[in-house]
Amino acid sequence: MNNAALELASEAGERVFRPAPTDSPLAMQELTVSYGEKPAVFSIDATVPAESMTAIIGPNGAGKSTLLKAALGIVPRLSGRVMVFGAPLAQVMHRIAYVPQRASVDWDFPTRVIDVVLMGLYRELGLLHLVRHHHRERAIACLERVGMADFADRQIGQLSGGQQQRVFLARALAQNAELYLLDEPFAGVDAATEKAIIDVLKSLKAEKRTVVCVHHDLATVTDYFDHVLLINVRKIAEGPVATTFTAENLQKTYGGRLATAHIDQLKLPAA
Amino acid sequence: MGVEFVQLSLTPLLIGILAAIACALPGNFLILRRQALIGDAISHVVLPGIVVAFLLTGVISTWPMLLGAAGAAVVAVVLIEAIRRVGRIEPGAAMGVVFTSLFAAGVLLLEQSDTSGVHLDVEHALYGNLESLIWFSAEGWGSLTDPAALAALPPELFRMAAAAVLIGLLTVVFWRPLKLSTFDEGFAGAVGIPTAALSLGLVITAAVAAVAAFDAVGSIIVIAMFICPPAAARLMTNRLEIQVLWSVAFATLSAVLGYVLAGYGPLWLGADNAVSAAGMIATVSGLILALACLFAPHRARIGAPRGA
Repeated sequence: MNNAALELASEAGERVFRPAPTDSPLAMQELTVSYGEKPAVFSIDATVPAESMTAIIGPNGAGKSTLLKAALGIVPRLSGRVMVFGAPLAQVMHRIAYVPQRASVDWDFPTRVIDVVLMGLYRELGLLHLVRHHHRERAIACLERVGMADFADRQIGQLSGGQQQRVFLARALAQNAELYLLDEPFAGVDAATEKAIIDVLKSLKAEKRTVVCVHHDLATVTDYFDHVLLINVRKIAEGPVATTFTAENLQKTYGGRLATAHIDQLKLPAA
Repeated sequence: MGVEFVQLSLTPLLIGILAAIACALPGNFLILRRQALIGDAISHVVLPGIVVAFLLTGVISTWPMLLGAAGAAVVAVVLIEAIRRVGRIEPGAAMGVVFTSLFAAGVLLLEQSDTSGVHLDVEHALYGNLESLIWFSAEGWGSLTDPAALAALPPELFRMAAAAVLIGLLTVVFWRPLKLSTFDEGFAGAVGIPTAALSLGLVITAAVAAVAAFDAVGSIIVIAMFICPPAAARLMTNRLEIQVLWSVAFATLSAVLGYVLAGYGPLWLGADNAVSAAGMIATVSGLILALACLFAPHRARIGAPRGA
């Protein structure tokens, strides 16, 4: 549809979407998600630049995780559109890797670290293909990247929180995707794990992959990320960290919940 | 063990084992999904479904029973939703009310209907009628190769065997997505596993097991078969693959030991009558769980402080 046609359709009251930039790994248009009567995410537009490291930032209950899950098709959209690499989700699922919140699963589940990483090969293995030696080697290599190879045969309940988070990252690495979506990967982890995870994420970016994190620690945004999406149910701002991660935008996002004094202490990009 | 064993005990024993295994397999996943009481709910809803199916068709056969149970399940789901909305009650309470009411209605229907010609009365519905599933035409072990005698095997055996084989196959084929979505539903959805359909499929599979096992162990005791062997198995290992094998072993052990103890236990103790085999099977499965809680290698929750 060309622009004139779009305008006409728009005037006729039809819901139209402007074509998303096809090079964007993840583009959302007027995305709305609702669990009950109140929307959790309302009409969010966002375009994640290719090969970027993007942080999704907002207060508790702002809909950050919901936005990620809606982008993955795990929770249903009420309206709006998600395009991944310019295509509908169903066609490009194999190009996306996902790291859910660590607390979303039961770590007492009877399985070993290596089995969790092998879950990342599900799309390859399908229902009945046997796990072969080369699959296992790839899983071990992913564990090595996060420094967890020695733990391959441990029961997952024996791991510390940080180790669990690294295993989840290893599983996402096994997916060998181009777009990595992570939900609070730094939540409640030790300093060594945080370092290990950010190193892996930066190496992913260096390999020309795209990383999107739901992130809660405002102090590390400028060090870790180059693009931000500030949301509080609605989109507040989106753009490069250097121009978007500003005291003004943070105040708008967090409202009274973030004291000005706190913002002053943050490492904001040099304006 | 000769003619008498083959005639009286072989088929009840086999049916008991198959019923226990058919229930234990989906039970493993139900427990890990914290849905163990779904098995309970299903076993309750099965009863009115089967009774209504019998009243409508006048025969006890597989398809009407399955359809009746499925119909009752749909009615139950609609009722729960209605009570939850109209009565503004929390879902757990709504479920409890619906399942027990439906079950009670099933008992009343059963009492009032004329089922004298078939194996369907309140007692059997509750505890099963395992002992009565005997092989009349057997004349010893040789009958296992006699086509005429084999044809006269109780039809319940074939029904239970078919259900057990089907459930075993489904468990193997859908092992990977079942395990993945049980552990991490969000990730499973993100790699394209239809998690909602899989959950529904698991519940339907459990319902098939419950309906098929109805003859053998009755609608109440079936719940023990869903929960006890997998729960005991969980305490034996930290790998799901091995847990499922243990659950099959415990299910088999419960069935064999329960049947033998029910038949001969009272005699050994000097009593005259045998006791309900299904009741004893459930009791044995409970004892196995108790022993596993006390002595199994992984009885402490992983990650719990040592010595706690």
